[in-house]
Amino acid sequence: MTWVNAVVQGILLGGFYALLAVGLSLMFGVMRIINLAHGDLAVVGAFAAWVLVDRTDVSPFLALGPVLIAMYALGYVLQRVMLERSLRAGVLIPLLTTFGLAIVIQNLLLEAFSPDVRSLGGTAGDVTTASWRIADQLSVSALGSLILAVAVTVLGALHLFLRRTSLGRAMRATAQDAETAELVGVDSRSVYARAAGIAVATAALGGVFLAIRSAVDPSSGPTQLIFAFEAVVIGGFGSLWGTLVGGIVLGVAQTIGAAIDPHYSVLAGHLVFLAVLVVRSGGILVGREATA
Amino acid sequence: MSLLLAESLDVRHGLLRAVRDVTLEVREGETLALVGANGAGKTTLLRALAGAHTPARGRIVFGGEDITAMPAHQRVRAGIALVPEGRRLFPGLTVEENLLVAGAARRRGPWSVDTVIDAFPILGPLRNRRASTLSGGEQYATAIGRALMTNPKLLFLDEVSLGLAPVAIDGVYASLRTLIAGGATTVIVEQDLARAMSVATRIACMLEGRLVLEGEPRALSRDEITKAYFGLRRAKRKGLEA
Repeated sequence: MTWVNAVVQGILLGGFYALLAVGLSLMFGVMRIINLAHGDLAVVGAFAAWVLVDRTDVSPFLALGPVLIAMYALGYVLQRVMLERSLRAGVLIPLLTTFGLAIVIQNLLLEAFSPDVRSLGGTAGDVTTASWRIADQLSVSALGSLILAVAVTVLGALHLFLRRTSLGRAMRATAQDAETAELVGVDSRSVYARAAGIAVATAALGGVFLAIRSAVDPSSGPTQLIFAFEAVVIGGFGSLWGTLVGGIVLGVAQTIGAAIDPHYSVLAGHLVFLAVLVVRSGGILVGREATA
Repeated sequence: MSLLLAESLDVRHGLLRAVRDVTLEVREGETLALVGANGAGKTTLLRALAGAHTPARGRIVFGGEDITAMPAHQRVRAGIALVPEGRRLFPGLTVEENLLVAGAARRRGPWSVDTVIDAFPILGPLRNRRASTLSGGEQYATAIGRALMTNPKLLFLDEVSLGLAPVAIDGVYASLRTLIAGGATTVIVEQDLARAMSVATRIACMLEGRLVLEGEPRALSRDEITKAYFGLRRAKRKGLEA
């Protein structure tokens, strides 16, 4: 029963990782940018929600509305004024730019909020403590289920957006060949900026759920980035549903590791990530030869 | 009436001056064939006119408006469309999606997914196929259709017959003739001189980045064009000057 429980909890945790990772995956898929500030932007979102909740006493779920809109705008502006310029200088420069951005964000947060740990768990209501008891040693938390449902909804909505809408098609076309997209009338700079806006907004969504399920401090970003990055790599870079699978594989690995020994939780996740890198890079090569 | 005018255009690839001091006029309703050997600067010239490449010097005027600094996607809205060399379809998108991407920026006009498929019946059954799975001829039809979706006033077609089977080239030219008969203004880049002369109302020949010969196909002899094409005339002139 311990193992069944570990897997179930791992799937729920995986939903959280997928939510955290979807923006990272989108930004890589559309702009070929690996955003090293992704985790820190998630933390910015969490702090923004915390400020709103602290000042106005609203539920964190209500605070999500204005926070997501503001974070979309932040992503849009970041792309327009910073990432767009660094992209022009080659593929490595955005990596450095976002690395620098991560440091700037961490220090600004430290300056503004002190290194104290903050949580939205206390203000989020019953959902944080409620759970369904399935069997003797197996219960499913309401919050974990909610996060998984939100992750699936976000991925599904993004999938439909990319497949069915005019902007989504333009985004896929720009991702495949930006110059040609321009030549058929797509404003690629605007498309990129909107993709960055969506990516940063979803990062903030993940950050707010992080603050609800546990806590954040100004230096929480890099750890979240690593988990998100691992989820994306395990699932396959740029593939949306792969991100969900990757998140769940990572989550299950961590909870199974923790079931063996609580110390092994994060380590088990890293080991699975490394194992996937080793096995899959071979697998992809074989696949390419077969189709050539 | 002049639809597009390029004045003293210089386009560079780094240190290379791929297009040198080219002044070219495209008149409303005409079919201009741009010919010349590999590396003569035809593709670069078209790309500069469509906005994919910023000229180092010179001016481009379209419909009376200076568009030299206008980005490519706005030129599409102004009425310029380019079928790029190598077709450059979006490989992961279906035929219909390729058309729709271009249709989003579309100006008012007769072209829509349905009219494009009417004009290129081979695309009908391929509507939901990924562009990466199409044959060369099917790709070309999709690429022309995609350009038409923007309802252009001026259509550039780069390297029409490059890499296509002869049967497919016949198909492309048949649809080109229909377009031309419908009054479209087109500039085609073509290596095959006979093909170019069969559809063009005017021919311009480039050599080493310069425009060396211009005229109506009837007024020019094949010999004259061939000489301009390979630079024999200039070599001869140089020889005389020396």
